[in-house]
Amino acid sequence: MSTMTREETAALIQEVLEVYPESAREERAKHLTVNDQEVEQSKKCITSNRKSLPGVMTIRGCAYAGSKGVVWGPIKDMIHISHGPVGCGQYSRAGRRNYYVGTTGINTFGTMNFTSDFQEKDIVFGGDKKLSKIMTEIEQLFPLNKGITIQSECPIGLIGDDIEAVAKQAAKTLEKPVVPVRCEGFRGVSQSLGHHIANDAVRDWVLGNRDEDTSFVSTPYDVTILGDYNIGGDAWASRTLLEDMGLRVIAQWSGDGTLAEMENTPKAKLNLLHCYRSMNYISRHMEEKYGVPWMEYNFFGPTKIAESLRQIAAFFDETIQANAEKVIEKYQAEYQAVINKYRPRLEGKRVMLYVGGLRPRHIIGAYEDLGMEVVGTGYEFGHNDDYDRTIKEMGNATLIYDDVTGYEFEEFVKRVKPDLIGSGIKEKYIFQKMGIPFRQMHSWDYSGPYHGYDGFAIFARDMDMTLNNPCWSKVQAPWLKSEEAAEAAVAGA
Amino acid sequence: MPSVMIRVKENGALLFYIAKKDQEDEIAEVETDTEESWGGEVLLTDGSRYYVDPITPRPSFPTTLRFKRV
Repeated sequence: MSTMTREETAALIQEVLEVYPESAREERAKHLTVNDQEVEQSKKCITSNRKSLPGVMTIRGCAYAGSKGVVWGPIKDMIHISHGPVGCGQYSRAGRRNYYVGTTGINTFGTMNFTSDFQEKDIVFGGDKKLSKIMTEIEQLFPLNKGITIQSECPIGLIGDDIEAVAKQAAKTLEKPVVPVRCEGFRGVSQSLGHHIANDAVRDWVLGNRDEDTSFVSTPYDVTILGDYNIGGDAWASRTLLEDMGLRVIAQWSGDGTLAEMENTPKAKLNLLHCYRSMNYISRHMEEKYGVPWMEYNFFGPTKIAESLRQIAAFFDETIQANAEKVIEKYQAEYQAVINKYRPRLEGKRVMLYVGGLRPRHIIGAYEDLGMEVVGTGYEFGHNDDYDRTIKEMGNATLIYDDVTGYEFEEFVKRVKPDLIGSGIKEKYIFQKMGIPFRQMHSWDYSGPYHGYDGFAIFARDMDMTLNNPCWSKVQAPWLKSEEAAEAAVAGA
Repeated sequence: MPSVMIRVKENGALLFYIAKKDQEDEIAEVETDTEESWGGEVLLTDGSRYYVDPITPRPSFPTTLRFKRV
């Protein structure tokens, strides 16, 4: 089954939906669709950013995950207190592999877990006193921190603690920015609202801090990298390309980023936005308030990188534009060698993706560069504007699924029979046990970087390593194999 | 009364963005679009209509305005 027709795909969706009770079926039907490139607006064919149905297995996270885990967590020189019970912070500690430079525990705190460890008495009597005590202790133990953020966990909102008042008081005594973030996990339907809340907190508590300060000398070539969390070193691989072009990267949001970088971001000439979903809010705000334009770019795979580099260069003068061409040329031999090596091994393989907020559409180009085809894609927490941007990237009659349930994803895979699945840790072992090659596309399966030309080489190697691994033919127990297969094996040996 | 951010798109058209609804649509027509003022009834490419009292002087985009549904 190389390709499915539109009718077959539509029939597959109907078949998968049949198992649900009627009301659930109606609701889920809105989230599954067959891609049609003719459609201009995704809202006509797919519903997204809705509450997951009780009783189905969703793969989503919570608002706290969006704020502490994604947006704020990687800011390396600030201390992020997971305010509430100990689990939320501890079980998500350092799991996202946001790499950074610095001495952990001295001037950077990325992989550490700070928590107020709520107990019963804190729920009953309120945790504000504990919070302010913690911040005093932090200041004594880690004097080189540049600021503190308070990342609320569910109980804080439920018991109504006034963390804003504590934050203001602490900011005065510590003489450092203290940012209260109201990202209680129950807010919103997924981590997506956490991104928004975190963006709003940056806007309200950080962004304007250096508006009067002119000590930072900006140049006409200042850009920032927004929405790159430096997973496995992604932002570094992107940064080198921009610097090769003659641009100066003055801030990284938020992988390997610092508080000072964030505060100086409005002084940039252009904001480059990689993860649209998690940082479009602050980009739009900066455009309105400071007149800093922003653009989305894509550093996955040589085709998209070249496209993006040219688009970025178009914002600047001819020197930069000429440099962009030089950069593309400089790496051409390198990436062509990667394609020559891996394309014959990967050509024609079919991939299904189910990731978070930008990769379901951004990685498609990288797979296509390797001669692979993405036959199904979907977002955990994408919104309509994400799907608007996806429709054009995906082939006709391919599957699109929003907030897919565990059951649906399994059924789709059984029928579409992709050669590779790219998704997260919760899906990994199910599909590996089904004998299907799998890569974690949230954390790059502990590899990376995948951004930029350097990252593409690693990406291609990893895909080859997984897909062509001999273990996949050994998944079935020998006594369960059909006789012909067993005979073939004997004959082969 | 949605709060709408209007920004200039790469192709020069005005983009009508409602954050709450993740709606991004181009503006097809504006009732008043002169040097001095901007506003009135606005027609989007998806066919929906919104209204804002004409603003004088013409605002510089991007800007956030409160529109009424027509």
